Amino acid sequence: MSAPILECRGVTMRFGGLVAIDGADLAVETGEITGLIGPNGAGKTTLFTVISGFQRPSAGRVLFEGTDVTALPAHRRAAAGIARTFQIVQPFAGLDVRENITVGAYLRHAARTEALAHAEAVAERVGLGPMLDRPAAALTIAGRKRLELARALATEPRLLLLDEVLAGLNPSEIRDMIPVIRRIRDEGVTILIVEHVMQAVMQLCDRVHVLAQGRMIAAGRPAEIAADPGVIEAYLGHGAAARMRAHGVAPSEAAVPAAAGGADA
Amino acid sequence: MTRLAIRRLACGPWLSLAAAALLLAVLPALFASSAALNFLGFVMVIALAALGWNLLAGYGGQFSFGHAAFFGMGAYAMALLQVRLGLNPWLALPVAVALGGLTGLATGFLSFRAGLRGSYFALVTLAFAEVFRILANAMAFTGGAAGVLVPLRIGAAQFQFADKATFYWVALGFVIAAMALTRLVERSRFGAQLVAVRENEEAARALGVDTVRVKLKAITLSGAVTAAAGCLYAQKSLYLDANIAFGPWISVEALLAPIIGGLGTVFGPLAGTFLLLGLGEGTKTLLATLTGSAVPGADLVLFGALLILAVAFAPRGIMGVVAGAAARIGGAR
Amino acid sequence: MLKAEILLAALANGLLTGAVYALIALGLTLVYGVLHIINFAHGATLTAAMFAVYVAHQTFGIDPYLAIPLLAPLFFGLGYSLQRWVIGPASHGDDGNILLVTLGLSIVIENALLAVFRSDTRSIEVPYGFEVVELGPLILSLPKVIAFAGAFAVAGLLWLVIARSDIGKAIRAVAKEKTGAALCGIPVGHVYAVTFGIGAACLAVAACLLMPTFLVNPRIGNAFVLVAFTIVVLGGMGSIGGALAGGLIIGVVESLSGLYLGESLGQIGIFLIFLVVLLFRPTGLFGARA
Ligand SMILES: Nc1ncnc2c1ncn2[C@@H]1O[C@H](COP(=O)(O)OP(=O)(O)OP(=O)(O)O)[C@@H](O)[C@H]1O
Ligand SMILES: [Mg+2]
Repeated sequence: MSAPILECRGVTMRFGGLVAIDGADLAVETGEITGLIGPNGAGKTTLFTVISGFQRPSAGRVLFEGTDVTALPAHRRAAAGIARTFQIVQPFAGLDVRENITVGAYLRHAARTEALAHAEAVAERVGLGPMLDRPAAALTIAGRKRLELARALATEPRLLLLDEVLAGLNPSEIRDMIPVIRRIRDEGVTILIVEHVMQAVMQLCDRVHVLAQGRMIAAGRPAEIAADPGVIEAYLGHGAAARMRAHGVAPSEAAVPAAAGGADA
Repeated sequence: MTRLAIRRLACGPWLSLAAAALLLAVLPALFASSAALNFLGFVMVIALAALGWNLLAGYGGQFSFGHAAFFGMGAYAMALLQVRLGLNPWLALPVAVALGGLTGLATGFLSFRAGLRGSYFALVTLAFAEVFRILANAMAFTGGAAGVLVPLRIGAAQFQFADKATFYWVALGFVIAAMALTRLVERSRFGAQLVAVRENEEAARALGVDTVRVKLKAITLSGAVTAAAGCLYAQKSLYLDANIAFGPWISVEALLAPIIGGLGTVFGPLAGTFLLLGLGEGTKTLLATLTGSAVPGADLVLFGALLILAVAFAPRGIMGVVAGAAARIGGAR
Repeated sequence: MLKAEILLAALANGLLTGAVYALIALGLTLVYGVLHIINFAHGATLTAAMFAVYVAHQTFGIDPYLAIPLLAPLFFGLGYSLQRWVIGPASHGDDGNILLVTLGLSIVIENALLAVFRSDTRSIEVPYGFEVVELGPLILSLPKVIAFAGAFAVAGLLWLVIARSDIGKAIRAVAKEKTGAALCGIPVGHVYAVTFGIGAACLAVAACLLMPTFLVNPRIGNAFVLVAFTIVVLGGMGSIGGALAGGLIIGVVESLSGLYLGESLGQIGIFLIFLVVLLFRPTGLFGARA
C-alpha cells in the first residue's frame, strides 16, 4: 500500500482551558473514503479546521502527501490540493450558483472561459446543472450542501474534507447524495468525511476513525467500529455496552440507530 | 448555442460601454453653456474618484471613509511635481497616479495585516485622510494653509485647456478608461476572487483565495484611480489646499455616488454622480430662487437623506432599480 | 526647555478637557458595547446639542447648566427615536448598513445646522465664564472644573444605571447575548433604542458642560468625533472605565502635543494614537474585547 495522503500526528488544539483535540493521530489512505465519527463536540470540525489550515494546532503536525503543511495558510493548502466544505454552509450569498462554483474553478483555471466551463462540468457532476443561474441564497438546504461540495470540488483537490454534507437532508436526499460522493472517490479524489448519518458511513467508508472528547478512541473497518464496545460507550455513556450485552442486543445493531439519532441533536 | 451567439453575448458588456462613451461624448453639443460644461467636467472628476472607491468597496466590500487620502495624494503630487520640480504635467500624471496606488497599498498593508474589517477599516481610512490633511495643512513643502497654485499655462502640452469642452472630453477619456478597467476586473479571476472576499472571506480562503493579497491589489488599483481624479481636479481648478484635496467632502462623494448609483457595477458610480450632483445643483438653484439667497449645506442634507434612503430601500442603487424595472417589463410581455 | 509650571498647567488643562472628551466617548462606547456598531452620527449629534444649548441661552435666556434637565431628556428621546425608527429599520440589521445610515444621518444633521445657523462660529457669554479656581500653583477655569466634576458624576451615574437598574440588566443581557435575551422576553429593539437614547443624553450633558468655555459651529462635531473614536478604541470598545481613562489620556496628549508641536500639528498626535492602537493593539490598552 502507498503512503497515506494525509497524516495528523499528535494534533492538540486548546481554546483557553478547553482541550478540543488531545493528541489525535489520523492517517487517510490515498484513494479511500475515510470516515471520522464521534459524538457532538468531540472535536471533528476542529480537526478539519486544523487540517485545512484555518487554525494552527497548539501542538502536533499535519502532513499532506508526506510534506509538513502545519505552517501553511489555508489558501496555500487549497492550492496544494486540500479542499474542505463547511458544516455550517458558507455560500457567497449575493452570487448565483455558477459564480459560486467558478470562484473555486479559478484556482486552477486562470482564463474566464475555462473556469466557467469547468464550473459547469462540476455542477453537472453534483447534480446542480439545472440550477446554475439560481441565486445561491434561493437554494434549499440540500441545494446548499451540494453547492458546498461543488465549490470544493471545483478546486480539483486530491483530498476532499466533507463536514456533515448529509446533515439536514431527508432520507431520499441522502440516498441521492451517496452515489455522488462515491463517484467523486472513483474519479480519484481521496475523501475524509465527518458524518453522523451512520447508514451513510457504513455504506461509503473504507475505514472509520472515532473521536471522542478530543481523543482518537478507535479506528478500523466500519463493521469493526460498529461492534466496538468503547465506541458504543462513547456515544451512549458509561456501561452501555455491558447493559446491551445483558439484554442480548448485538452492539452493531444498537450503535447504528443510536448514533444516527445524534444527527438530530 | 452557436459559437457566434456566445461571442455576441461576450461582446455585450463592452458594447454597452462603447455606447455610453459615444452618448457622453456628444453631451457638450447639447449643453454648450459654460456653466453646463463646467458641471459636466466636475461630474467626470467625481465619477472617476467614485469609480476608484467602487473597485475596493463595491467589488471587495471594504468600505473606505477616507478616499480623500488618495484623491489628495494625486492632486498634491500633480501640483507639487509641476511647481516644485518643474515636471511637465503629462509626466507628473503617471507619477501622481502611482503615488496614489502606493498610498493605497501602504494603508491597505497596515489595515489588512492588522485584520481590520467593517467599521474599523472605515475609521482607519478616515484617520489616514485626516493625518494627510493636517500634514498638508502644516508643512511648508505643500504650501501650508495657503495651498498651492499651479501657474496658468494654457495648452494641451501643459494639460490645461482653455475650452471647457476639451477638458470634459479628456476627463471623459479617463472615466471611460476606469470603467473599462472595472469591466476587465469584473471578468477576471482577480475580480471573481475579490467578490468572493466581499461575500465571505472564510469561504474564499477555503477555495484557495489569498484574501489579503486580493484586498491589497484592490486597494492599490482603487487608490490609483482615485488619485487620477485628484490629478484632473488639480488641472481643472489650478489651486489646492488641504481642506479641498484631503477634505471629508471628497471621501463622502466618492462613496455616495456608487452607493446611490449601484455598488459593484460598472455604470453605478457614473450614474450616481450624475444624479447626485444634478440634484445638488437643482436644489441649490431652487432654494436660491425661493429664498433669494444661497442656502449652504442644502444639497448635502439631500445627499445624506439619499444615502439613508438608498440603504433602506434600494440597496442596489439606480442600476438595481433599472434592472428590476427591465425585468418587470420583460416579465410582463 | 519649557518651564515646569507651563507643563503642569498644560497637564491640568489636558485632564480637564479630557474629562469632557471622556463624557462624549461614554455614549459612543456604550452604543458600541451593546449594539456592536459604530455610531457615526455621534459627532453631529453633539453639534446639535451644542446648538440647542446656544439657542436655549440666546433665545430663552436659560443658563447652560440649568439646561441639563431640559436637554438630557430631549436628546434621550431624540436618540431613542432615531435608533427605533430610522437607523434600525433602514439598516436591516446589517453592520455595514448601520455605518452608512449613521454616516448619512451625520451629513444630514451637520448640514441642516449649516443651513440654519450658517458657518459662523458662535459662543455664549455667561457671568462665570472667566471665574477661576486656584489650586496651589495652578489657576484653573471654573467652568472647566465644573465640567470635569460633571463628567465624572455622569460616568458614575451611568455605571449605577448599568450595574443596578432593571433596564441596565436588560442592556447587559442584550450586549452579551442578543438572541438569548430576546428569547427571555427582553424587547431587544427597545433596549437598543434606550441605549442609543442614553448615548445622546450623555452628549446633551456634555454640550451643556462644554458651552460656557467652547465655541460652536456646524462642523465642530468633526473635531470631536475622531477624538471620541480614539478614546473608545484606546479604552477598549465598550468599556466605561476604559472610556474615562482613555478620555483623560487623550486630553493630556492633545494638550501636550499642542504645546510642543503647535496648534496646527497638535491634533495629529491623536490620530497617530488612533492609528497605532487600531493597527497594532485593536483590543485597546485596557480592554480584552476584540
Ligand atoms: N474557536 C473556538 N473557540 C472555543 N471553543 C471552540 C472553538 N471551536 C470549537 N470549540 C469547542 O471545541 C469543542 C469541539 O468542537 P467541534 O465543533 O470540533 O465538535 P464537533 O465534533 O464538530 O461537533 P458536532 O458534531 O456537533 O459538529 C467544542 O466543545 C467546541 O465548543
Ligand atoms: Mg462539527
